[in-house]
Amino acid sequence: MSSLQSLDIRRRSATVTQSPSQREATEIAKLIDVSRCIGCKACQAACLEWNDLREEVGVNVGVYDNPHDLTENTWTLMRFTEIDVDGRFEWLIRKDGCMHCADPGCLKACPAPGAIVQYKNGIVDFISENCIGCGYCVKGCPFNIPRISKKDAKAYKCSLCSDRVAVGQAPACAKVCPTQAISFGTKKDMAAWADKRIADLKERGYKSAGLYDPPGVGGTHVMYVLKHADRPQIYAGLPKDPKISPLVEFWKGVTKPLALAGVGLAALIGFFHYVTHGPNEVQAEDEEAAAKARRTPAE
Amino acid sequence: MTNLWADIKNTDLVVIMGGNAAEAHPCGFKWVTEAKHHKKAKLIVVDPRFTRSAAMSDLFIQIRPGTDIAFLGGVIKYLLDNDKLQKEYVLNYTNAAYILRADYKFEDGLFSGYDEAKRDYNRASWEYEFGDDGFVKADTTLQDPRCVFQVMKAHFARYTPEMVERITGAAKDKFLEACKWIAETSAPDKVMTSMYALGWTQHSKGSQNIRTMAMIQLLLGNIGLAGGGMNALRGHSNIQGLTDIGLMSNLIPGYLTLPTDAQADFAAYMRPRGFKPLRPGQTSFWQNYDKFFVSFMKAMWGSAATKENDWAYDYLPKLDVGAYDVLRGWEMMHQGKINGYFCQGFNPLMSFPNRGKLATAMAKLKFLVVMDPLATETSEFWQNHGEHNAVDPAKIQTEVFRLPTTVFAEEDGSLTNSGRWLQWHWKGAEPPAEAITDIEIMAKIFLKVRELYQKEGGAYADPILKLTWDYEKPQHPSAEELARELNGRALADVPDPRDAARLVLRRGQQLNGFGELRNDGTTMCGNWIYSGCWTEAGNQMARRDNSDPGGLGLTPRWAWSWPANRRILYNRASADVKGAPFNPKQKQVWWNGERWTGYDVPDYGPLVKPEASVGPFIMNQEGTARLFTRGMMRDGPFPEHYEPFEAPVANPLHPKVGPNPVARVFKGDMEVFGKAADFPYVATTYRLTEHFHFWSKHVRINAITQPQEFIELGEELAKEKGISSGDLIEVRSNRGRVKAVAVVTKRIKVLKIDGKMVHTVGIPLHWGFTGETKKGFGCNQLTPYVGDANIETPEYKAFLVDVKKLGTTAA
Amino acid sequence: MADKNNILDRYTAGARLNHWINAILMICLVLSGMALFHPSLFFLTDLFGGGTMARIVHPWIGVLAMLSFLGLFIRFWRFNLWTRDDSAWMRNVKHVVSGDEAKVPEAGKYNAGQKLVFWLMSILTILLLTSGLAMWDSQFGEYTTIDQKRLAVVVHAGAAVALLIVVITHIYAAIWIRGTIRGMTRGSVTGGWAWRHHRKWLREEVGKTK
Repeated sequence: MSSLQSLDIRRRSATVTQSPSQREATEIAKLIDVSRCIGCKACQAACLEWNDLREEVGVNVGVYDNPHDLTENTWTLMRFTEIDVDGRFEWLIRKDGCMHCADPGCLKACPAPGAIVQYKNGIVDFISENCIGCGYCVKGCPFNIPRISKKDAKAYKCSLCSDRVAVGQAPACAKVCPTQAISFGTKKDMAAWADKRIADLKERGYKSAGLYDPPGVGGTHVMYVLKHADRPQIYAGLPKDPKISPLVEFWKGVTKPLALAGVGLAALIGFFHYVTHGPNEVQAEDEEAAAKARRTPAE
Repeated sequence: MTNLWADIKNTDLVVIMGGNAAEAHPCGFKWVTEAKHHKKAKLIVVDPRFTRSAAMSDLFIQIRPGTDIAFLGGVIKYLLDNDKLQKEYVLNYTNAAYILRADYKFEDGLFSGYDEAKRDYNRASWEYEFGDDGFVKADTTLQDPRCVFQVMKAHFARYTPEMVERITGAAKDKFLEACKWIAETSAPDKVMTSMYALGWTQHSKGSQNIRTMAMIQLLLGNIGLAGGGMNALRGHSNIQGLTDIGLMSNLIPGYLTLPTDAQADFAAYMRPRGFKPLRPGQTSFWQNYDKFFVSFMKAMWGSAATKENDWAYDYLPKLDVGAYDVLRGWEMMHQGKINGYFCQGFNPLMSFPNRGKLATAMAKLKFLVVMDPLATETSEFWQNHGEHNAVDPAKIQTEVFRLPTTVFAEEDGSLTNSGRWLQWHWKGAEPPAEAITDIEIMAKIFLKVRELYQKEGGAYADPILKLTWDYEKPQHPSAEELARELNGRALADVPDPRDAARLVLRRGQQLNGFGELRNDGTTMCGNWIYSGCWTEAGNQMARRDNSDPGGLGLTPRWAWSWPANRRILYNRASADVKGAPFNPKQKQVWWNGERWTGYDVPDYGPLVKPEASVGPFIMNQEGTARLFTRGMMRDGPFPEHYEPFEAPVANPLHPKVGPNPVARVFKGDMEVFGKAADFPYVATTYRLTEHFHFWSKHVRINAITQPQEFIELGEELAKEKGISSGDLIEVRSNRGRVKAVAVVTKRIKVLKIDGKMVHTVGIPLHWGFTGETKKGFGCNQLTPYVGDANIETPEYKAFLVDVKKLGTTAA
Repeated sequence: MADKNNILDRYTAGARLNHWINAILMICLVLSGMALFHPSLFFLTDLFGGGTMARIVHPWIGVLAMLSFLGLFIRFWRFNLWTRDDSAWMRNVKHVVSGDEAKVPEAGKYNAGQKLVFWLMSILTILLLTSGLAMWDSQFGEYTTIDQKRLAVVVHAGAAVALLIVVITHIYAAIWIRGTIRGMTRGSVTGGWAWRHHRKWLREEVGKTK
């Protein structure tokens, strides 16, 4: 939400040169253990509280998910899925929100310098005052997370409580989670803790339990322990192998230098053509020929 | 709770039945996740619907609402048939061996002594055989056909897995799987914990639901052990404190009972409270009753309570009926027999059953005083809120006084949690506007009333005029002063009974515990079980040392728990007859050769040798726990499956005796029970995580997370009725109706009950006509006005409804 | 140079106005568009009052540019219909580039190169319009899926770059072929210019006036 904090920046949107890189930082991660999550929505409430956000009071449309989708005010949302998995009925509950990708599609897509930053610790943050409201981040994100405000047209999403993390606090959601389904620490520690949880789940018969840290986006700084890691889609459409869309990669990848080169080349070709061939000037004979033609139209 | 929240982490098996800890107690549920991770514990959830607790479970079994006793009775039969008992425990620590009177009988659904006209039992035959020595006869081989063990076995023989399935709808294979897991905890070093809440209490046989599981826990040897116990999860942060402090119409603090009309003087009052030991050599702790009582009377009336005037016994009100519980109170209001009502910190218009009756009753009041931090529905019962409160204000003459109070965070004080911990808290913010504390409001009213009595006199003014009121600021007694008073202090020097030259306490000193209470008027104590909470060493409730010797999570220096800072009740039973822990890996208390020691305060005489064979259940005259209860339960010494008062089928065990024959039901309410022919679906009511009763709907964020009243239907029923998720539907009982949004779910399945397909309808309770959420009807439009036989808790959890689709889009 | 009598009218004042409005709008679109397209050019947003303003005004300028281009299209499409001569011209375009137009068929009002520019501009404009609407989230965000938007941004960028190259070609040709720019500034060209580059048009014009 703001760059006025003590976190070092690894990458800035729409910036081609390197960020200050001298200082070291530890990568952090939030681990969401779906097998311990009771869907109480305390994380949702804490997110609204800490970030001073409020939704309108909505309606029930026949499901437990309230609000019904992420919004510019709802940066995290419990998504409920009733499903039979391998003959056993399950009520899957997943806390949805920004995954804080190591290779963030939003940052890649953003045209405004410094509107999206990736801190050295891995948090991907929207610096709202630099946001121009173009919505490119929405197109860049493989998880469909950012939302454009109807009030100020700026993009909003989970900041992983960068303001709290900057002063050594866990994100608000992790702080309030009553069952410690949300834990927060270094990415290494979180992966180690996940291994223990996965071992427990495997003992309980969840053979495909595993960690969701998708390599397609370079890994994420929000990870899930899933009972069915082989089928993440059953958790309200968590993508199985998320990647930045090839279209976006193309757009923000080769297109940019190619386009500049193309345009530059066109200008250069023109210039060199001029230099080599000179101007194509009307000659006196042309004028005479024209004058003659105008006098003798029958010709 | 016999145990404490953190102790749940020590268990091997969690059974959540009659509750939904993940949703209603999310913070406490943490300890289940700890047990699962660190102790590899399993979780069984038995519930009428697949809850968020079930989503966390290793085994979920759906049962029909109101059939818990059938399920648990089946478990008892399984344990007895398969000899899955903690034998040393059952033989020595329960009354299994005791011989019962020959005239005790159970036939065709009724226990001996039933009086149909009174809807009550003569409980004389529910008794042991006594020997010539005055003690109960016992057969330690457990072979005597009249011993508790054999009679119990015969009683539960009917609860076969087939019968369990017929009554509850639980699939036999899943039921047997649950039995197997439960039975494994009969090993002395394995424990199971029972987590329950209003899913068990809110039935016409609520107390017996709990008792059935308590019997299972006794047969498995799980009471008194870390990770075991019967753990009632309280629905409010201080509801444990409410009962402790005696806010029931028939209680005074510390579970002492109010006198009845028949007990004209103190001697008559004490006569049935003699509590002589029933077995040789037993301790009967209630023998100290008079010390607790006299000290309480001294706390109330100080120097006006003397030996000569029976400790001001006459000042106490005397009950002319069993209890003026809420159902009786509102029945009387409905009859126009109550004309003023103080409503403090609750919202009866939404909370009690049959809202139509409640609204009619309140309109008969002359005045209503509502003390609450919120603008409750009760305080606005006279306002028209369209179909959500369709009253005509012109026809209601009740004068309503709304006195805004502080919330807990705006005042100092202590809250007593489910684990009996008294935890002191400090004011966190100033109250808004004119809000003042409940204490201040009550003090001011009392002083005004006393002033009126002083000026004008009255029929019997002494109890008011002589009430002790020695607070520094009479208008505003502090929480500290009240806490010190509850703890008690010496009114004179108290000598040591064994050595008169030695003083236990000097005059004016705070008591160290109830062991120092006297029956001669030299001590005062507001609540004997709270004695020890504020000693000469200071406020014990404010302690915040979380060190944990023993590693069981007992944290004995964090806050203070009653009684005597004991964290696990009956903990003597965690050690074998010789005093060695049953589970050496989870040691609690043990005999070290000289005395009882350990990480917890022993629930036992600290110097009583194990060889003395004193039973571990020292609150009972037997010294043992009661598989067969003598006179205490009004509806039977053993639990029995009775149908809810509105049931879809006749009682498969005994069709002639359907519902609990002694449950609390008034004339007029009996007539408005619905019949299965008109109301074919079983309904149950419950809380959701997103809300806390009718409070949090006043909070914007909670309102955002669950904005609108809804009703849950299984897919099968929805299909039959052509209802889709999001449709507007109407649910009717014989008392009222609710219009709400349909949530169609796979989480509620149709059950086959006694050959008939029975659908369950789930009704969350949180919405009313005040607050930030969309307006709602509230489930008590539907619920029946019938209470448990023992504690009169209304039957919110099982009744009959019909369902109708109103429209495709919810309004 | 040429005497005053040897002048031909080539563009009416309306056509010139239309062209230059379009040219100015295109320049604004290029500046604001490139600013949002490449980080190194983001500084150009300052010309519009900053990034957010550039984001806000770019699509509106686009709408105006489309309208003005529509005007040009209506004016000129007739003259840009392709002929057999144009194909021959195109096959021998290398002679044109070398400045030797004698070796290609005589051109009418527009030569094949100009016609190609016209049609490329028309097609690219349609692509820019449709893709632009699909990515104009503040107005039409709800009408497209994210996948459609992703396709739109790529199409928009590609079409814009292509159009820019076409425009550069267009401008360079106007600079290189001396005497062209006065056609679009003063509305007239010299007879010699017409003889040299659009002889067929000259003949047609002569035929009309006599």
